[in-house]
Amino acid sequence: MSNVLAYAEARGGELRMVALEAVTAARSLADASGVGGEVHALLVGPPGIASVAPRLGAHGADVVIVVEHPALALYNPEAVTSIVADRVTTGQYRVVLFSASAQGRDLAPRVAARLGVPLASDVVAIESAAEPLVLRHPTYAGKVVATLVLAATPSLISLRPGAITLVESSRAGRVESGSTVVDPAASRVVVTEMLEGGGAKLDLGDAPVIVSGGRGLRAAENFRLVEELADAFGNAAVGATRAVTDDGWRPHSDQIGQTGRLVSPDLYIAVGISGAIQHLAGMRTSKTIVAINKDKDAPIFKIADYGIVGDVLEVLPVLTAAIREARKSH
Amino acid sequence: MKIAVCIKRVPDMESRFRVASSGTTVDESGLKFDIGDFDGYAVEVALQLKERSGAGEITVVSVGPDVVQETLRKALSMGADRAVQLKTEAIPFDGLAIARALAAELGGGGYDLILFGKVALDSSNGVVGAMTAELLGLPCVTAVSKLDVGAGRGSARRELEGAAELLAFPLPAVLTIDEGIARPRYPSLKGIMAAKKKPLEVRPAQLGEQRLSIRSLALPPERSAGRIVGEGPSAVPELVRLLQTEAKVL
Ligand SMILES: Cc1cc2nc3c(=O)[nH]c(=O)nc-3n(C[C@H](O)[C@H](O)[C@H](O)COP(=O)(O)OP(=O)(O)OC[C@H]3O[C@@H](n4cnc5c(N)ncnc54)[C@H](O)[C@@H]3O)c2cc1C
Ligand SMILES: Nc1ncnc2c1ncn2[C@@H]1O[C@H](COP(=O)(O)O)[C@@H](O)[C@H]1O
Repeated sequence: MSNVLAYAEARGGELRMVALEAVTAARSLADASGVGGEVHALLVGPPGIASVAPRLGAHGADVVIVVEHPALALYNPEAVTSIVADRVTTGQYRVVLFSASAQGRDLAPRVAARLGVPLASDVVAIESAAEPLVLRHPTYAGKVVATLVLAATPSLISLRPGAITLVESSRAGRVESGSTVVDPAASRVVVTEMLEGGGAKLDLGDAPVIVSGGRGLRAAENFRLVEELADAFGNAAVGATRAVTDDGWRPHSDQIGQTGRLVSPDLYIAVGISGAIQHLAGMRTSKTIVAINKDKDAPIFKIADYGIVGDVLEVLPVLTAAIREARKSH
Repeated sequence: MKIAVCIKRVPDMESRFRVASSGTTVDESGLKFDIGDFDGYAVEVALQLKERSGAGEITVVSVGPDVVQETLRKALSMGADRAVQLKTEAIPFDGLAIARALAAELGGGGYDLILFGKVALDSSNGVVGAMTAELLGLPCVTAVSKLDVGAGRGSARRELEGAAELLAFPLPAVLTIDEGIARPRYPSLKGIMAAKKKPLEVRPAQLGEQRLSIRSLALPPERSAGRIVGEGPSAVPELVRLLQTEAKVL
């Protein structure tokens, strides 16, 4: 009863960074509980997915339970719900961790209702690992932070992507094979196709640095400057405001804010962004915020740690060159 | 086409929030309330589906105290046909409790579609739709950004991080609606008048046990308004120095 389960999210046969976050959080929960307990990671995917198990072990999984099936190459909400719910019941876990990613937001509430327990969703910090769990969760578009008490066994939690700092903690990651429970080919809801957007680029949820552009860039082609700055960092993703995605300068999937992605990278650089409340709702928990805007009274400066007042078209190329230089000397 | 839309009464997120003296809710004085953003999209989707099919009935349902009747009337004035209030003293935070009440009301109602918002921005949970589907044993697609409904079947698109999924599902089904799918209409004067005569039933909500609760609310520490490092490109070296030595992010 003292074991913790982490759902190791994969997509298209590849492990996602958020899987390592869930395992990292599970490790620290198990270690902080005082009762010991193992960390199990549940990995679901097409045949061959087991090959990523060592990465889960490296972040603290004692056991990796692998469920492979050809009909699990694309996300299969109904089959995965059954697989996870069955594993939670047979494994008698104390806590089950998901990511509050697009997949986790779909999966976790299904599993919770199947098991008849609540779900603490989009959790940014675990304040008490003993029972009942005490958790932090942003509410009211990020303007009010709630401290939640979750008094259920098992306790199901989804973690905001980026809120957990990865920690390596080498464990066996012993692979065990799990059961598909249901015929994955018999699901009523079927993902017929996955459209890859970003190619090999870093996802917004995974990137330690985000360079985000707003209408202040003036034209779609000037986003090149944002991409070049992201390239200079080497570990950055590109984000955008709704003004920009509405105008079709960037795809909707790049939008950050209340109605887009919620991110909390180590460094968020807001370029030509006014700082509307709906945008801030998606990025205000970033660790360090930099703003570049030509209007010294722009609201974004109220939450930025560092600001430069100036024309982005002039500042960006200089900043890009300086970041390249700074990273070279490292 | 028989459609139900679950709508929540939420405050305007532009507001400046204060924590009430109880410490566990926000102070509601001076706040403006309306249908949740995503729930508004869901209502609009339902109206368009009904208009396209030329027939049908749209039921809007809300769990909460009597003030939610105002929210339900707004949806009726947009064009929904009937409303149900599932009465509680306060709206619970535990989404499973809300889902139980909704499932008890909607189960056996013969709905082809049951629509939800992707998330209610006050709780910011994003759980009630998928939970209700699970309790009802219905197929469910969450965060739908494009929708096509035909005879007995539908297809949808949902956005992922840097990708999207296309899905197929049978009816009846539960969908949670993302933004961008439809712009909610404003109620017309005629709609507002008509809404007054549309049926609004009130029944007690069957919430069941609640095991997830708010211990306290707090306003996040104001990010200490940062420092303007300088103006124009000449400020770049100082910014880079601060990122290296102070913020230590380079
Ligand atoms: C229900 C709802 C949901 C929403 N959801 C979101 C959301 O999820 N995400 C989101 O981002 N928005 C969202 N919005 C929109 C939001 O209110 C703002 O309209 C939007 O964020 C503004 O984008 P922006 O900062 O790019 O544009 P603007 O507000 O137009 O700001 C442009 C900024 O660029 C500066 N600028 C102009 N030229 C230059 C230059 N040459 N150099 C430097 N600076 C320059 C200007 O001073 C200005 O501050 C939502 C709105 C609503 C009503
Ligand atoms: N009190 C409520 N009454 C009716 N529907 C609700 C209620 N709370 C949540 N919902 C529905 O569930 C969706 C998701 O809510 P939540 O899980 O709280 O983010 C909302 O967008 C509504 O469609």
